[in-house]
Amino acid sequence: MDRLTVSQLSAGLRSGEFSSEELTRQSLARIEAANPSLNAFITVMAEEALTAARAADRRLASGKAGPLTGIPLAHKDIFCTAGTLTSCGSRMLANFVSPYDATVVSKLADAGIVVVGKTNMDEFAMGSSNETSYFGPVRNPWDMERSPGGSSGGSAAAVAAGLVPAATGTDTGGSIRQPAAFTGITGFKPTYGRVSRYGMVAFASSLDQAGTLTATAEDAALLMEAMAGFDARDSTSADQAVPAYSSMLDETLAGKTIGVPQEYFDEGLDSDCERAIRDALDVFVDLGAKITELTLPHLALSVPTYYIVAPAECSSNLSRYDGIRFGYRHPDASDIGELYTRSRQEGFGAEVKRRIMTGTYVLSAGYYDAYYLQAQKVRRLISDELMRCFEDVDIVAGPTTPTPAFGLGEKIDDPVQMYLNDIYTIAVNLAGAPGISIPCGFSGTLPVGLQLIGPHFGEATLLNFAHHYQQQTDWHTKTPALALNDGADK
Amino acid sequence: MGLSDKDVQHIAKLARLEVSDGQIADYVEKLTQILDMVDALKEVDTTEVLPLAHPLHMSQRLRADEPTEKNQRDLFQANAEDVKQGLYTVPRVIE
Repeated sequence: MDRLTVSQLSAGLRSGEFSSEELTRQSLARIEAANPSLNAFITVMAEEALTAARAADRRLASGKAGPLTGIPLAHKDIFCTAGTLTSCGSRMLANFVSPYDATVVSKLADAGIVVVGKTNMDEFAMGSSNETSYFGPVRNPWDMERSPGGSSGGSAAAVAAGLVPAATGTDTGGSIRQPAAFTGITGFKPTYGRVSRYGMVAFASSLDQAGTLTATAEDAALLMEAMAGFDARDSTSADQAVPAYSSMLDETLAGKTIGVPQEYFDEGLDSDCERAIRDALDVFVDLGAKITELTLPHLALSVPTYYIVAPAECSSNLSRYDGIRFGYRHPDASDIGELYTRSRQEGFGAEVKRRIMTGTYVLSAGYYDAYYLQAQKVRRLISDELMRCFEDVDIVAGPTTPTPAFGLGEKIDDPVQMYLNDIYTIAVNLAGAPGISIPCGFSGTLPVGLQLIGPHFGEATLLNFAHHYQQQTDWHTKTPALALNDGADK
Repeated sequence: MGLSDKDVQHIAKLARLEVSDGQIADYVEKLTQILDMVDALKEVDTTEVLPLAHPLHMSQRLRADEPTEKNQRDLFQANAEDVKQGLYTVPRVIE
């Protein structure tokens, strides 16, 4: 099945080979054919998409098009889209029509992007398998009995299956990188503060960051140029100029160094994954880079640290859901207390409630110092240790996940087992660093992801390394065999 | 470390969640597993280590105290289930 990149589609649109309306219709047809089984989309915006596509075609005809004009894209259902449902994969927001656009949404719209729909996700971004969604699990296009990863599972599955060439996602503990690894695509999480969080429903405010799911690093660069930038409406937005990422992809890797932490290669790492990662590192050596072994002694503390900090922040952020101003409201409550507790009990799913409870506990009187304050201190140790590496190396590399995609239903009843999936990705969020996962091989028939981590605001470096790798290898061009029956193939 | 049923009920009350008697056992089990996992942090020596609240060491940006948003009350209240005369209504608050 053919899957063109954003870059290729952009060239075709500007040369007049096809129109945005044709591309959009094809995307919508593929979604209609595949979604009943994949469940990647919660909302399809056919009318809005065709209107935007026609406007894009007029712009293309007038010669005023940019690189993203007319490109179909899906937004993770965590980004507010004015006039359309924004559900966060939850019953709590199953009726929420956003009155405004997230900054990510408006910036991409200004760049000419055509939004075809909102993708399925773990509820409130809490999950690593896209099984906690109120709207049902998403399936992995490589093996429909397996998870595509989470929480941006819908976005990853949609891009992997060729339904859209690009999608937005969010990453708080690995939620872009891990699904990208499980579905054989490129998932990019920029530095904390690089992309505005205005209109991006909050889960853990010091960790959340918007990013991209695409086939290639080049595509990620094109989208990031449009998405990134200071936003006065986000008080954690970084006031830093956005480099022209897409023109910095070809800088040579000769003389650059890659640090490889030995802790990433523990007994938990699947042997096929390890082989694919080691082979990938050899490719970088061929490209002129040097490999150095590093140690990150505090890496193993990432998961416990995260599972104190993130639930604590989530318990605070999710206290806004009270059934009164928006969201699910329990009918016929006899008093305000019952309105709160019943609306929240019924509106939230099991994993979300567990995290709210965990967070409430670690912040409560008598436990705050032992848990939350201690976790913030360990966070500093982990973050400093990772960031210090960049005094000696240009990037850090290793596997994105310890195993390839696991089966649906396999870990959902064991929260701690599910949390351990994030062992390689979490430290990056704790440090606020940028990270990317790119396909680097297979474990049997399942994709394996290579993770590259950079210093703060090192997006250009990461995209540069990833782009070179994708010029030398073709893992990122592999697509799952999905019978779409849409009649057309591009 | 084990949580008791009473602990779970207390946390639920703070979080404004309602945990039925039938659900308590599951919460106790799963929350205990999670707390056992995070207990690993208690062994870490963090003497002299400052807590990290923000990965980029930023502080709150301030701006001039001038209104920049326009009143869009009706638009925002369209998402509420019960609004009367521009006011959000709730069930009885005071006994």
